[in-house]
Amino acid sequence: MQLDQLYQEIILDHYKRPHGRGLRDADDSGDRVAEAHHVNPTCGDEVTVRVATDGTVLHDISYDGMGCSISQASASVLHELLRGRGAGEAFEVHEAFVELMSGRGQVTPDEDVLGDGVAFAGVARYPARVKCALLPWMAFKDAAARAGVGVSPEVTA
Amino acid sequence: MTSIAIPSGMPQYDDVPRFDVARVRADFPILGRDINGHPLVYLDSANTSHKPRQVLDVLDEHYARHNANVSRSVHTLGTEATEAYEGARAKIAAFINAPSTDEVVFTKNSTEAINIVAYAFSNASLRPDADPRFRLGPGDEVVISEMEHHSNIVPWQLLCERTGATLRWFPVTDQGRLDESGLEDLVTERTKIVSLVHMSNILGTVNATSRITARVREVGALLLLDCSQSVPHLPIDVVDLDADYIVFTGHKMCGPTGIGVLWGRGELLAAMPPVFGGGSMIETVTMARSTFAAPPARFEAGTPPIAEAVALGAAVDYLTGIGMQAIQWHEKELTAYALDALGSVPDLRIFGPTVPVGRGGTISFALGDVHPHDVGQVLDSLGVQVRVGHHCAKPVCSRFGVPAMTRASFYLYTTTEEIDALVAGLEQVRKVFD
Repeated sequence: MQLDQLYQEIILDHYKRPHGRGLRDADDSGDRVAEAHHVNPTCGDEVTVRVATDGTVLHDISYDGMGCSISQASASVLHELLRGRGAGEAFEVHEAFVELMSGRGQVTPDEDVLGDGVAFAGVARYPARVKCALLPWMAFKDAAARAGVGVSPEVTA
Repeated sequence: MTSIAIPSGMPQYDDVPRFDVARVRADFPILGRDINGHPLVYLDSANTSHKPRQVLDVLDEHYARHNANVSRSVHTLGTEATEAYEGARAKIAAFINAPSTDEVVFTKNSTEAINIVAYAFSNASLRPDADPRFRLGPGDEVVISEMEHHSNIVPWQLLCERTGATLRWFPVTDQGRLDESGLEDLVTERTKIVSLVHMSNILGTVNATSRITARVREVGALLLLDCSQSVPHLPIDVVDLDADYIVFTGHKMCGPTGIGVLWGRGELLAAMPPVFGGGSMIETVTMARSTFAAPPARFEAGTPPIAEAVALGAAVDYLTGIGMQAIQWHEKELTAYALDALGSVPDLRIFGPTVPVGRGGTISFALGDVHPHDVGQVLDSLGVQVRVGHHCAKPVCSRFGVPAMTRASFYLYTTTEEIDALVAGLEQVRKVFD
């Protein structure tokens, strides 16, 4: 059934048992901490993503929010994939996820890069839900920029 | 099965006008569609209604045979188009029992109709010689309610920002009714206009307006009723309602998109300054200044949505042919059935009145903690089309402490089998998200 492609077990798992949920302060007082709050005006979903970084490594990505299974599971996957990564590497993953979600189901995801994020391949076939999946990732991008790590081509190169 | 005999002399079951729903459904081509391998179950008519063949044919026929611009041509096609356009206006005036055809102003939709009134106030407020009823300034008040669609909130917020007037609102009770307990304090000599929804697009509540109208008259304010959800579903009589303005939109009443109506009392429309300037709305134009046509033309600048207006006239003919009282009763029975059926679903919470009295066939609900987006997605996979989200009424969602709701809404073509399909679909939702 089509619905199984959208609601993969991995997505439902992340939704029911989210990883790293809750906004946290930085462990290392030297870190810059910044957050961004994004809303989806069509459905009212909200997410706040907070990034703690020394400018090189994303020491923590914490989040809180309310919304549908797709947006909330996506935040959980974002946390799991990018936390502890180098900024450049994190933005490569970010780019791959955005590319997957913009691909209308035509992009084959690389599990080595996207991990549990590959489960969202089915979501890309539902244009109305792509924004749900991207909500935490767009908030992350803003939060990271505010913490001083930008998603410019220079950074990801 | 036992049948209960109603004693003679009492109202009988068959006293209520009825129609053949299966025959009505056959008029709507889209209802024959499959969605994701299931027969379409369309429960989103409060969002937009479907269009019967009779309306689609008129739209097609207009472009195929009578296409021309209106109110400016001496040629035959221009005359035919003008007659069709003005004929539609007369049909709509009769449909709402407007005392004069000139009281019906064609707009793009309800939103535009409300904005025309708000901007007429705004324009009048800039001119010392304007009718004082439309002049707003600091100390004046505009009253709305907490159960409004955004289209009846934002234009008034903007108007108050421009003029320095204050926006106030009726609260909503826990049962989803308009809280009129503070009426005397809310609607006062400071009030210039009260703009209220007649039937809520999210709670389904039909507001009783007589107390409010009486108070509005007492303080000398004006009353606008947003009838976007009521005109398609109930018999509406503007004389009976005793409002000053009503607004509604064509696409929710079997008509096309892009056509709506502002009805206003003739004397008020005549006293209102224009809002949009352009062709058709003038009396005469010189390079220095212009004078303006009488209503309704004054408020219809530019080429109007001609074919859409004509098709809305056909929609009104269609609804009248079935009978608005019959449609109202059909939806009342569906609502009673749906409230019972939804009440049997575990963990389901209905927002708004839970009895089929003083409400229409629009029911919003929550299913446990499952997000409405997810509810809607699972239902869609079964062919069931419902609306999910904040329904352009975020203050209502906040009032009930939820970010979003799932909404099922009915119309003349809705059947009890479709409500059964919804309830079965909700069982499926529970299985996915248990």
